[in-house]
Amino acid sequence: MLAEIEHPDPGPTRLAVGGPVAADGPRSVDGRVLRVPAVDAVGLEERAAALGGRSVKREAKLGALSLLIRCIDLTTLEGADTPGRVQGMCAKARRPEPADRTVPPVAAVCVYPSLVPVAREALVGSGVKVASVAGAFPSGQSELSVRLADISSAVAAGADEIDIVLNRGAFLAGDHRRAFDEVVLAREACGPAHLKVILETGELGTYDQVRKASTLAMAAGADFIKTSTGKVPSAATLPMALCMAEAIRDFADQTGRQVGLKAAGGVRTAKQGWQYLVVIQEVLGPAWLTPDLFRVGASGLLNDVLLQLRFQASGHYARPDDVSTD
Amino acid sequence: MPGELAEPTGVLAGVDPADGGFAYAPSRESTDLVAIQDRYGLWIGGEEVEALSGRTITTTNPATEEPLAEVAEAGPEDVDLAVAAARRAYEDGWRDLPGRERAKVLYRVARQLQERARELAVLETLDGGKPIKESRDIDVPLAAAHFFHHAGWADKLEWAFANRTPSPLGVVGQVIPWNFPLLMAAWKLAPALATGNTVVLKPAETTPLTALLLAEVLAEAEVPPGVVNIVTGGGATGASLVSHPGLDKVAFTGSTTVGRQIQESLAGTRTRLTLELGGKAANIVYEDAAVDQAVEGVVNGIFFNQGHVCCAGSRLLVQESVAELFLDKLRRRIATLRVGDPLDKNTDVGAINSAEQLGRITSLVEAGVEEGGERWQPACALPEKGWWFPPTVFTGVSQSSRIAREEVFGPVLAVLTFRTPEEAVAKANNTPYGLSAGVWSEKGSKVLWTAERLQAGVVWANTFNKLDPTSPFGGYKESGFGREGGLHGLASYVSLGRR
Repeated sequence: MLAEIEHPDPGPTRLAVGGPVAADGPRSVDGRVLRVPAVDAVGLEERAAALGGRSVKREAKLGALSLLIRCIDLTTLEGADTPGRVQGMCAKARRPEPADRTVPPVAAVCVYPSLVPVAREALVGSGVKVASVAGAFPSGQSELSVRLADISSAVAAGADEIDIVLNRGAFLAGDHRRAFDEVVLAREACGPAHLKVILETGELGTYDQVRKASTLAMAAGADFIKTSTGKVPSAATLPMALCMAEAIRDFADQTGRQVGLKAAGGVRTAKQGWQYLVVIQEVLGPAWLTPDLFRVGASGLLNDVLLQLRFQASGHYARPDDVSTD
Repeated sequence: MPGELAEPTGVLAGVDPADGGFAYAPSRESTDLVAIQDRYGLWIGGEEVEALSGRTITTTNPATEEPLAEVAEAGPEDVDLAVAAARRAYEDGWRDLPGRERAKVLYRVARQLQERARELAVLETLDGGKPIKESRDIDVPLAAAHFFHHAGWADKLEWAFANRTPSPLGVVGQVIPWNFPLLMAAWKLAPALATGNTVVLKPAETTPLTALLLAEVLAEAEVPPGVVNIVTGGGATGASLVSHPGLDKVAFTGSTTVGRQIQESLAGTRTRLTLELGGKAANIVYEDAAVDQAVEGVVNGIFFNQGHVCCAGSRLLVQESVAELFLDKLRRRIATLRVGDPLDKNTDVGAINSAEQLGRITSLVEAGVEEGGERWQPACALPEKGWWFPPTVFTGVSQSSRIAREEVFGPVLAVLTFRTPEEAVAKANNTPYGLSAGVWSEKGSKVLWTAERLQAGVVWANTFNKLDPTSPFGGYKESGFGREGGLHGLASYVSLGRR
């Protein structure tokens, strides 16, 4: 309970690369010291396993599956992405189950910045948001001005939500201030768009670091904190999400601001999906069970959820080829 | 796309969208697997026999108050028969069976426990009221683990005790409590059998059924007749067993009051005795603890098995500098505990084991309020039938109040604060008991400093209620003597000669 992140002075801060930091946003925390307690790995993983063991059946399962669909950021982040592929995915996002109108659209489609216009057009009138990775995703290893310009142009192209990576280089080198200030600037560059900050938990090494990075990103103005890029072998895990959820809860307690959680990478099955919902429900409370405060970034998850829904409807398992793979 | 879902309604029609939370649907473990007889006799000499006493007791499902079965109540003459059967089995072969042969038998028991795990778990929950997830994930697997562990020792006893010659004691009388009926039977039987003793076991009055199913398991595993005898009944049956002159050793787990009576009755006899009695464990939370996991540990420490745990962390000692924050987190966590139907897989806290125990808890809690403690309980709806007590936290408790000194054996936590490590240790040790303790800190040297000074048989660091057959378990002071588990536990069942 001793480690703490000193919240920056309320006064203006300047980075070496220049640019004043906005006086609002993270500064609304009124300069209080945010708690960053230690995390015991054994206890955390036990708790995550216990929550993962909750039995979600029948009407609870249907409700959870419905919510899961509405929280999905349907994602394609490949070098080989084309307008055609993104259009196909957008069609799926609007109407995941064309034959059943009770199945809702997903929360958002998540693409690279160059494909934002394509997604924007394909989703007109659907209510499905366009999310774009930006800021030299997935490594973040570009000059700050380049990363900020990447964000601004994605927003200008019509992205509602921006997913950036935390500067792990700075964070792991101990330069927390730099990592913090860069998120502040990214938040500013986002303008009206929502900012999700990817911690890339698989590169941070310990739960203690994940907890610290979570609080840092939230204090700097992140609207969401997100587990992973999906580009490193170790992606979202239930204990990581639990660790971040505990940080979100403490942050809300101290500041009154509700930050969202996005699990990304490695969430492939409906069962994994509702395990995250259980973690959110029991740690953060039911208020967080909404697409405004919970997302799951995935490509394959949606189809498994659809197969589960078909099973609930028909009593027998459909074949994987019965749902479309775009 | 196939058209089978084209009907106008759709799979999610009318489904609560789950925004703002979803209630877990009831997820009840099926009881189909379990066949409960209307009547049970005693298990003596490898078969079920009617009690000569002619008396029976009724065992009840504490979650519904419905009777489950009539069980024989063994009188002194029945205990005589059981002890005689155990003596015959001891002298006629078990004593002289090579260790590797005893090991085979015990391995078979362990495997058979795994084979029938679900059945045993459901029966344990029906008869005792504990949540199915605990009986399924803890009681039954640990019971099997104890047999596996001791099966491994059976042919290695010479190496267990360097330069000594271990030999069995003879016939052992074992009396076990109602909080972990099957697991306590395994704790007691496995080391006794591995070392070549034979046993008369008395399960608790309110929870005899898994021990009687265990008798079936033992028979299937070809444990020779008479090696294990099971006499059911209440306190009187227990008293006639532990004072039986035909015993070479008595092992008891239960209350300190009864333990004291047993020790008195055995004073001056050659019968050996080990006692595992009550506790009032302190869970010490330092300001530098991993706070969220410490909250989990405190919750697990006191609400595991409704607090019917002799090593329960029933006293929270939290450093004053973080007390307010910690208690806030703790209350919020407790409010998410799911109290109710023990057979539901999502139940965290089950039923109180008996009406008698519920009365004891209620009266101690009332005493706590009278003594000025501040009682807090989450809003939780309790079922109408059955015996229930909500998770309870007492703050503003003084070191002298009853709620801080007496064993409640229920879901009731007494909170005290401290300022320095010295004060924490002094308060933790200021109890007649000394079974277990917990220390929560991220600073290793402080954990070790504290653990060295705690007068408790088990000290957990940054965890709680972790039980393992390789680890000795037992108490200081009024929590008893002798150890169960590990080499120390094995030593309680052998006499060691010089080579």
